[in-house]
Amino acid sequence: MTTNASLPELEAIVRQFAGVEGGMLPALHAVQHHARYISKDLIPVFADVFNVTVSEVHGVITFYKDFRTDEPAGPIVQVCRAEACQSRGGRDVWDRALLAGDGKKVVVEEVFCLGHCALGPAASVDGRLIGGVNETSIETIIGDAIAKRIPEASINTTGEGVTVYVPRDAASRAAGADDVAAAFAKQKGVRVVRNGSWGMMWLEPMIEVVTKEGRIAYGPVLVDDVASLLGADVLNGGAHPLRLGLTTELPWIKRQQRVTYQRVGVVDPRSAQDYEANGGVKGLKRALAMTPSDVVTEVTDSGLRGRGGAAFPTGIKWRTVLEAPGTTKYIVCNADEGDSGTFADRMLMEGDPFMLLEGMTIAGWAVGANTGYIYVRSEYPEAIEALNKAVDAATEQGWLGDNVLGSGFAFTIHVRVGAGAYICGEETALIESLEGKRGVVRAKPPIPAHVGLFGKPTVVNNVLSLGTIPAILADGAAAYAALGMGRSRGTQVFQLAGNIARGGIMETAFGITLGELVNDLGGATESGRPIRAVQVGGPLGAYLPTDKFDLPMDYESFAAAEAMVGHGGIVVFDDTVNMAAQARFAMEFCAVESCGKCTPCRIGSTRGVELIDKITAGINRDANIEVLVDLCEVMADGSLCAMGGLTPLPVRSALKNFTEDFQG
Amino acid sequence: MTLMDHDLGTPAPKPSSRNGEQTAVEVTIDGVKISVAEGTSVMRAAALAGVDVPKLCATDSLDPFGSCRLCLVEIDGRKGTPASCTTPCSPGMTVSTQTPKLERLRRGVMELYISDHPLDCLTCAANGDCELQDMSGAVGLRDVRYGYDGDNHLSLGKDTSNPYFTFDSSKCIVCNRCVRACEEIQGTFALTIEGRGFGSRVAAGFNGNFFDSPCVSCGACVQACPTATLTENTVIELGQPRRTVLTTCA
Repeated sequence: MTTNASLPELEAIVRQFAGVEGGMLPALHAVQHHARYISKDLIPVFADVFNVTVSEVHGVITFYKDFRTDEPAGPIVQVCRAEACQSRGGRDVWDRALLAGDGKKVVVEEVFCLGHCALGPAASVDGRLIGGVNETSIETIIGDAIAKRIPEASINTTGEGVTVYVPRDAASRAAGADDVAAAFAKQKGVRVVRNGSWGMMWLEPMIEVVTKEGRIAYGPVLVDDVASLLGADVLNGGAHPLRLGLTTELPWIKRQQRVTYQRVGVVDPRSAQDYEANGGVKGLKRALAMTPSDVVTEVTDSGLRGRGGAAFPTGIKWRTVLEAPGTTKYIVCNADEGDSGTFADRMLMEGDPFMLLEGMTIAGWAVGANTGYIYVRSEYPEAIEALNKAVDAATEQGWLGDNVLGSGFAFTIHVRVGAGAYICGEETALIESLEGKRGVVRAKPPIPAHVGLFGKPTVVNNVLSLGTIPAILADGAAAYAALGMGRSRGTQVFQLAGNIARGGIMETAFGITLGELVNDLGGATESGRPIRAVQVGGPLGAYLPTDKFDLPMDYESFAAAEAMVGHGGIVVFDDTVNMAAQARFAMEFCAVESCGKCTPCRIGSTRGVELIDKITAGINRDANIEVLVDLCEVMADGSLCAMGGLTPLPVRSALKNFTEDFQG
Repeated sequence: MTLMDHDLGTPAPKPSSRNGEQTAVEVTIDGVKISVAEGTSVMRAAALAGVDVPKLCATDSLDPFGSCRLCLVEIDGRKGTPASCTTPCSPGMTVSTQTPKLERLRRGVMELYISDHPLDCLTCAANGDCELQDMSGAVGLRDVRYGYDGDNHLSLGKDTSNPYFTFDSSKCIVCNRCVRACEEIQGTFALTIEGRGFGSRVAAGFNGNFFDSPCVSCGACVQACPTATLTENTVIELGQPRRTVLTTCA
């Protein structure tokens, strides 16, 4: 990146995007990547290239947090302010970061979730993730950023000999995996493979050595441990205090029913051969031998419901698009995983990207679409890279392109990057953003299945929904539907996050209780203090006290308890949490991330913050609590979309379950 | 023409492409049965039946937008409180536009609006010709319990760069009617919303004023504005028109 790029040079960059459908955001990103900011002098160029007015360009640039029109003072340090990081001291880290960056040649900015929710508090420097940050280390991080002490780059799969797996997952890298990989790569007779993470975050970086008995895991391995591991004959699976045993025999792994995550951790995510050797492409082959309508029926019969959180039956959505008139249709993958406490989309994209591409291709065949878009958030640079590499490799393999697997069916996938707007995880705002506009929510009807991207019938599905499709097609609907409880069929990739001893990924059938996940598997809090509350389903999910731990993880059971499963994220808080502060944060988050279209969300969230401040300050407490209750009704029942509509869920649950915290 | 037309809230539905004919749909609104063309919004059907649903972002010269959330209704057999402007009539639909719940929600929405609006009605150029004022009355807003000391936009300055009208952002309710009028009626696309969330404001161009923007001074935005945010300078200087005359170019 340079800061002295000339205007003609930048204009040429913009003009490369002429004719690209919805190319405004990619072009803005390209300019900002090159020049670190978007000069206002370029606004007329954008207007010209994309056939819009300067006003519209201005509207787009000012909507997205990522885009800046002034040169930044220095490197960009993002500090996560979201709930999972709050539960581990993130509030103090943020306060200290603001002080440490004040007046210096650095930009310190808030971010809401970096997808590192089991090992927070998290921060990032120019996109490079750092975990386990505390009040002291954030000062060093900011100092190093200013001094341009940039951490070493990752290394790829390399060498010949005994295979040592060292994850390349962003969370593992943030824990030090790159240095470990480099140390092993220096050894003769070692082949280092960068796999995805198995999702046992407290053991990261967790390495595996391939032996005759199988893959032996060691963890957490830091670079300083490598010498003693080599001394203990690690390459033959030798004994060592960090030796965990066979990966597949670890209790955490044995407890799981991995369907969506069947290859995450197992394979090299950069290797198409590895993907195919481990059961990949089977689903697509079977689908292409079926009629589109039969594929949709298979998906319907599996009972799969939208894993983004709304839990709408995937098969019904596909049927609507299949039956919609028109020849141009789209598959859109919602990879804008903005919920704090969730990182399952990120890890799937980084750990097994081909599965997502295969799922989208099957969806394309099923509904009659030839183009797919993945809209992935900018906070996930590693996932973006993984997807782009996978698209190239899949195209080379003939899994994508003009003639998918020789069937005559054409399918192309484009990876598009968000720009710092949580609301773009809402499907209609996502579509607007893909079209190169402000990410403002559309009123429904019409639904995207009828009038979606560029006005065409569009399937919008979450990463986990689409990522599960290949398994459903490969193994049949019945196998998937056999798992689960009630109307929640199959598995959910639960994410244990926040103040939890053993955080990470736990894919298992619906029906496991909240308490089993948090206590039995998660080992309760990391701080060792008693659990006070868990927030399930992201920043719009309810705060539940421990007496709700018997609740089975099931969409309907949670709805009946005025809570939601959402995207499967679970954030644990210990007894030091102040629930009025969490309720205030819910309103603040809504105020920061609201698109601003509808009144209850646009004004209500700001008033909500002010009201809770008055309540906790003891100003007309009872009367103001009554106003807050009324405001929650207006937002819940009056808002245009789920952002304003669900913000009352955490607020009401805090007020109901933890009333004492509002009494000052 | 008259000074005040009966605004039906949303435009008539476009004829269906099949054969240009429109199927009729019968709905019941607050007990009144009415037959309307397929694709007609609940809001328009209600207005045709003589039931005006409170509204701010809707007007029958612009496509429905669904942002103000005043026009919420209850529909038998459907959960929630959908906006009547963006909900099309379906056969046999039974709609209630006045229930205790809807009254609470509408008053709650108006309470939010007025918590970020100047209280200078008596000296405002739009006094008596202001939909925000009308709706405040229609929903029975009697108190703004948030007070007036919260975050607000009251100190935003006026843009007087255009010789024919004044833009007063402090009075803007971000209904987008001006932005949509500029797009849908004039096709100029000179207006946008800048920022997002509470910070969303109407903006012309990217230099901060109307005069330096692609605005062609057609007046469609002024005509569409339901408050005093966009006001003709003659109205500010002289007051509101009280009668109409036909001119040679009318």
